[in-house]
Amino acid sequence: METTQLSRNTNTSKIDCIRTVTFTINGQSTQLQLPPWVSLLDALRHHLHLTGTKKGCDHGQCGACTVMCDGKRILSCLTLAVSKDQSSITTIEGIADNGELHPLQKAFIEYDAFQCGYCTPGQICSAVGMMQEGKAQNRAEVQELMSGNLCRCGANSQIIDAIMEVYIPETHE
Amino acid sequence: MISYEFDYTRPDTVEAALDLLDDDSKILAGGHSLIPALKLRLSAPGKLIDIARIPSLKGIKMDGNELVIGAAATHSDILESDLIKQHLPMFAEGAALIGDPMIRHKGTLGGSLAHADPSADWPAMVLAAEGTVVVQSKTGTRSISSDDFFTGFYSTALESGEIITEIRFPIPAEGTKMTYQKFVQPASRFAIVGCAALRHPDGTARVAFTGVADAPFRDTAVENAVGDWSEEALEAAVALTAQGMEFNVDHYASETYRHHLARVYCRKALKALLY
Repeated sequence: METTQLSRNTNTSKIDCIRTVTFTINGQSTQLQLPPWVSLLDALRHHLHLTGTKKGCDHGQCGACTVMCDGKRILSCLTLAVSKDQSSITTIEGIADNGELHPLQKAFIEYDAFQCGYCTPGQICSAVGMMQEGKAQNRAEVQELMSGNLCRCGANSQIIDAIMEVYIPETHE
Repeated sequence: MISYEFDYTRPDTVEAALDLLDDDSKILAGGHSLIPALKLRLSAPGKLIDIARIPSLKGIKMDGNELVIGAAATHSDILESDLIKQHLPMFAEGAALIGDPMIRHKGTLGGSLAHADPSADWPAMVLAAEGTVVVQSKTGTRSISSDDFFTGFYSTALESGEIITEIRFPIPAEGTKMTYQKFVQPASRFAIVGCAALRHPDGTARVAFTGVADAPFRDTAVENAVGDWSEEALEAAVALTAQGMEFNVDHYASETYRHHLARVYCRKALKALLY
């Protein structure tokens, strides 16, 4: 596995506490030099230039920053990057398989499950997590377990349509 | 982004965490209350001590006639636990109502209790289930009854230099019924009013509220009034809900509306325990 070493001049701090964080991002081992107050979201966007993950509210209310971490969907805005040393993170950039879109990505296009698209990366990462958890049995339960991801354009019903198409196609009309 | 600077350590044991803990530091577990507070500068500790990965704080287990939940068990650990489903089903029911799946994957029981948000769900459930909060400091451990733990607005009996390690619950006798009913604030999913109620096989009850006042509380007037659980007795108990309390008032609910909601959710909880 190739190791990327990236750093950015963030060492303007009075506190000398730049840490080395090593994690796997979308299958690639990655090392960053970061101060502890950088969120995982800012590490992804500003330090790794993976700008697919979005910053909506930055307070854990909107779900736009959802990523998968060690197999669980989490909010990257409320996670310190240093706390995820040695973890494996998947962002929207790592959902497709060698250029072949993930079935959820295809369904989002097919069902027109976005308007502005800002919540879409979080919606898709969250739906990947929801499908792996495998708890939802029907549309209402899918809706409940996707409730942490807000769409302000009003595409919510298409978002659930797209997820249902992939998750429970036999019950979806 | 967090607009101020702090140090961070992630010790491997509670003892190592206690060695680092001083008045300028804060314990970080799930971070879902603390990190927003840092972003808003409501709190600005010089150092965070991350205990989320300390193995001894994570488990959910039986110990004699008690069920023990580690302080760093997440809401989703509790929701998924077979021991919880078997012995404290209210906790699985309640955990499913906290925030959303992403929040449940990181937020912890110990963190929620230490933070003591007046609208948090766990405090009411821990009070109703007769929880005991076990805390450790450099000088030893002590157990704090949940009845004595919540002391006011975001305030607890936790002292500086102490870390919550686990929360212990007596295993309810066969036939015990319990429920958590909550009127949810639809955006944050916090409780505008939440009522946790437990009915022992002998008919005695424990009833606790969150969201109603500046701290969660047990309502002993309601508990004492349920009597034979007849319709009349329950209505009399409901009428006593939160009597004499100073109610929270915010843009979601006035004092009168909150009192009304407390009675409605008390009735819902008690009725859920009838059969």
